[in-house]
Amino acid sequence: MPTREEVRQAVFDAIRSVAPETDTATLRGDRPLREQVEIDSFDFMRMLVFLHERLGVDVPEGAYGQLATVEATVDYLLGRLTAG
Amino acid sequence: MPTLGADMTRGTLVEWHVKPGDAVAKGQVVCTVETDKGAVEVECWEPGTVARLVAEPMQSLEVGAPLAFLAQGGETVADVAKATERMAAPAPSAAAAQPAVTPAPAPAPPSAPPPPEAHVRASPAARRRAEELGIALATVAQRKPGHAVSIADVERAAAERTAAPSSAPSSAGAPAAAASIPADRQVAMRHAIASAMARSKREIPHYYLGTEILLERASAWLETRNAGVGVADRVLLAAVQVKAVARAVHETPELNGFYRDGTFIPGSGVHVGIAVALRGGGLIAPALHEADTLPLAELMRRMADLIERARRERLRGAELTDATITITNLGDLGVETVFGVISPPQVALVGFGRVVRKPAVVGDAVVAARVVHATLSADHRVSDGMRGARFLAALDRLLQSPEALA
Repeated sequence: MPTREEVRQAVFDAIRSVAPETDTATLRGDRPLREQVEIDSFDFMRMLVFLHERLGVDVPEGAYGQLATVEATVDYLLGRLTAG
Repeated sequence: MPTLGADMTRGTLVEWHVKPGDAVAKGQVVCTVETDKGAVEVECWEPGTVARLVAEPMQSLEVGAPLAFLAQGGETVADVAKATERMAAPAPSAAAAQPAVTPAPAPAPPSAPPPPEAHVRASPAARRRAEELGIALATVAQRKPGHAVSIADVERAAAERTAAPSSAPSSAGAPAAAASIPADRQVAMRHAIASAMARSKREIPHYYLGTEILLERASAWLETRNAGVGVADRVLLAAVQVKAVARAVHETPELNGFYRDGTFIPGSGVHVGIAVALRGGGLIAPALHEADTLPLAELMRRMADLIERARRERLRGAELTDATITITNLGDLGVETVFGVISPPQVALVGFGRVVRKPAVVGDAVVAARVVHATLSADHRVSDGMRGARFLAALDRLLQSPEALA
């Protein structure tokens, strides 16, 4: 079971996999990601594929709305990982 | 040197992917060429055996200049190599389509401005990759004295560095902009866009139409479809829109093709240019071939692949030149309506805005429904507003039966 920090790192890696120019250290985890990083719907999907491969969590389309910020995404993923 | 865009006059050979003696098939990627729009993988347009490579890495060549000679039919590699040996003398020729028998004009001297690490011979693409990965070019060059550093060399060096973590520099201190397109490239791309768009606005009498399309059915259908599959197999609405546009032009073929020398030439197939915004600025619209005939899942895979390769500068030459109509989708950026500029020599561009929930009249009721603004910019030399309107009506109709687009 990954720690919160590890999950956050996975999210950062996913962001950098589509937007390599991103300095994740300056990202505001409580602000909408799309306001801070240029990510389109194709990038977002690639991020989800990345997270699925890394953490084994397949995010259903209906849950996309819960992934607006980095911290919300971490919360969601941790919730799914805890639920098994 | 093939022409890889309406306004391309020169290109720089970045690296060869074949060597003398190699058999090449039609359509095989044989080299990478640097253009104003980035590095492009160039395909061979005839089968044969590589007899002699004329262009050298980092050499800038005019469009039409031979890159290499092929032995074809009964010719042997040695004969062709020998026969073409003296053909390095200037003999300007426009017969770009027949490199095997065309005398070679003298290669132009390298015209690339000396980059910071000019003492190291490396392709522009390799320099950029080195910058992205934080690899010192000089270190890589030391291993291959006398050879230009290629992307592969840089990636190998990066892989070795990763394998030996003790020597891996921290990436935290690297400038955030390192991965974006270098400034000189951005300037070149800006020029390329400026030139194409100025030509468009100068030559093409645009007319513009727009309509609001109800997407409730298409969205609901897509949600049901995507609910049953893993994230990697989901289809985005943008792909459905591409398929619908590709099908709709069947009803108005005068929107699909090229305008050249005062005549409209219908496209041989529907190859949809997908406008892709590049990180750090710039724009490119590579062709998604035969978009009208691709099953939706396949279209989605190819579209995602095309966008990713556009951003990584791994496009093929044909993808830069074959588009017969372009789609621009600014929905992700929050814009509701986009009236685009046609990319010459094409004759139409379709724009999609953001999908928004709005009060819409469905039957006799006002309901909250997802809608999108679809627009058409078209060339009045080739079609009229009436035909354009028919296209948008067809697009609307097709999007109301999404299952038929699968």
